[in-house]
Amino acid sequence: MSKIIRKAPTEPFKPQPDDDLIICRCEEITKGEIRRAVHDGLRTVNEIKRWTRAGMGLCQGQTCQRNVQNIIARELGISVADVGMITGRAPVRPVVMEVYANDVVDKEEQR
Amino acid sequence: MIEKSTASVIIIGGGIMACATAYNLAKRGVNDIIVLEKKEIGNGGSCRNAGGVRQSARDVRELPLAMYAVKNIWPYLGEELEADVEYRQDGNLRLGKTEEHLDILEKHTAKSTSAGLDVKMITGDEAREICPYMSKEVIGASWCPTDGHANPLHTTLAFYRKALSMGVTFISGVTVYGIKKVKGRARIVETDDGDYEGEKILLCAGYESRKIADTVGIDIPVEKELSEVMVTEMEPQMFSVMLGTAESDFYGHQTKHGSFVLGGMSGGELYRTKSERFATYPLTASCLCRGVIKYFPVLKDAKIVRTWAGWYDVTVDKVPVIDNIPEVPGLTIAFGFCGHGFGISPAVGIAVSELMLDGNSHTIDISNLNYDRFKAKA
Ligand SMILES: Cc1cc2nc3c(=O)[nH]c(=O)nc-3n(C[C@H](O)[C@H](O)[C@H](O)COP(=O)(O)OP(=O)(O)OC[C@H]3O[C@@H](n4cnc5c(N)ncnc54)[C@H](O)[C@@H]3O)c2cc1C
Repeated sequence: MSKIIRKAPTEPFKPQPDDDLIICRCEEITKGEIRRAVHDGLRTVNEIKRWTRAGMGLCQGQTCQRNVQNIIARELGISVADVGMITGRAPVRPVVMEVYANDVVDKEEQR
Repeated sequence: MIEKSTASVIIIGGGIMACATAYNLAKRGVNDIIVLEKKEIGNGGSCRNAGGVRQSARDVRELPLAMYAVKNIWPYLGEELEADVEYRQDGNLRLGKTEEHLDILEKHTAKSTSAGLDVKMITGDEAREICPYMSKEVIGASWCPTDGHANPLHTTLAFYRKALSMGVTFISGVTVYGIKKVKGRARIVETDDGDYEGEKILLCAGYESRKIADTVGIDIPVEKELSEVMVTEMEPQMFSVMLGTAESDFYGHQTKHGSFVLGGMSGGELYRTKSERFATYPLTASCLCRGVIKYFPVLKDAKIVRTWAGWYDVTVDKVPVIDNIPEVPGLTIAFGFCGHGFGISPAVGIAVSELMLDGNSHTIDISNLNYDRFKAKA
């Protein structure tokens, strides 16, 4: 991660006409909520995720990550490469707990 | 661009202890502060924990911090930080299924009660009255009605956001290597971004503080231990208590969002490969699922959407070190939170700010968390 200097916002938050556009469909997080978080000092995709829940839903950001990255980068006037990526987390698809619990190797099957 | 690299206070590490201390310092008028974080704000334990705000089953040496935080800070913290920290004070049940479990719980309860905490043993049926979804196998529990939980991501980042708005500078993407003395005082913080200079230095970089403290000859016996958390998809609201078990098979709660956040270990963590990354261990989530289902069979159909790992910074005697270092004037340290620092973090922020500004912590008694308590066997 490259160096980022963070200071208090110097200008008030400026709303935009399309702020109520839904960006994260799983958690229903809008462009305005993401822009507001960036304005308040959250600067990376992970920080935005932890603060707003964008990318925390069932698809784990597979749908919205690009859009979130682009919004942050545009707000800050920096490159998309400098806002990071959502950390990948297991499992790739949601798994029912009873199935997940059942990892004991069957000795018969192994032979 | 030449950026300012000197400040009254340099804070090493950008976790919740750093953010809470920076906020408390700024509240007292000291905002010429630079916080140095190697990755992202809250990337360590602070955004990886399960949100327990617990006094019960704590070591009595750190109980004053926990009780102060629960009584005087947590109920008002959201308002103070202008954020929803999702604090719920609906009690903590620590569950037991065997006589041995009850034994463990009774010992903890006796110790906490003698330190003035309202916690008692209750029967399995009484526990099921508080939390109806629990298995019949639970035969008893300890019950602390003033415990609870909060959202650690929001709390950490709310402290950050507030401190930032009060003038504190945070710099992420900078790794600290060591501290250097000038004229006998801690003064220079060496980093991969050159030297930073401060009149006072706070070291609160979690487990990694150990090697930084070592550069000024201070060795605190702290090791890292991997611990994991998993989260379910959104479920209908079922209960709001914080849960744990005598055997620590798992602990957790249901969040405001509806998902269950469940954490724990699968055993032997201290002896596994010491990865530099927070990689999850393949057997742990399965093990935790088995633990949860034993106590809460209704959750067997809930889906796990995400798992992650973090480090506990565990000291040899299982409580943190929060102290000024007389051999290195100007240096204050706060680490070794042993996997339960989140609940006390708002109080740690006050104690550390007093240590740094007044020379001692006068609001909360932290005298048993001194740095020079580690002695050889008599
Ligand atoms: C899985 C898990 C579950 C937990 N559950 C609970 C719970 O339910 N209740 C509870 O009270 N507590 C819990 N905890 C403990 C709690 O999360 C920690 O005690 C607390 O977050 C510690 O905060 P910190 O600021 O000291 O450390 P951290 O949050 O770890 O912050 C340290 C920061 O320092 C940075 N850093 C490290 N080295 C350097 C360097 N060289 N240069 C610059 N920066 C550096 C790191 O990147 C990190 O951001 C849990 C912890 C884990 C891991």
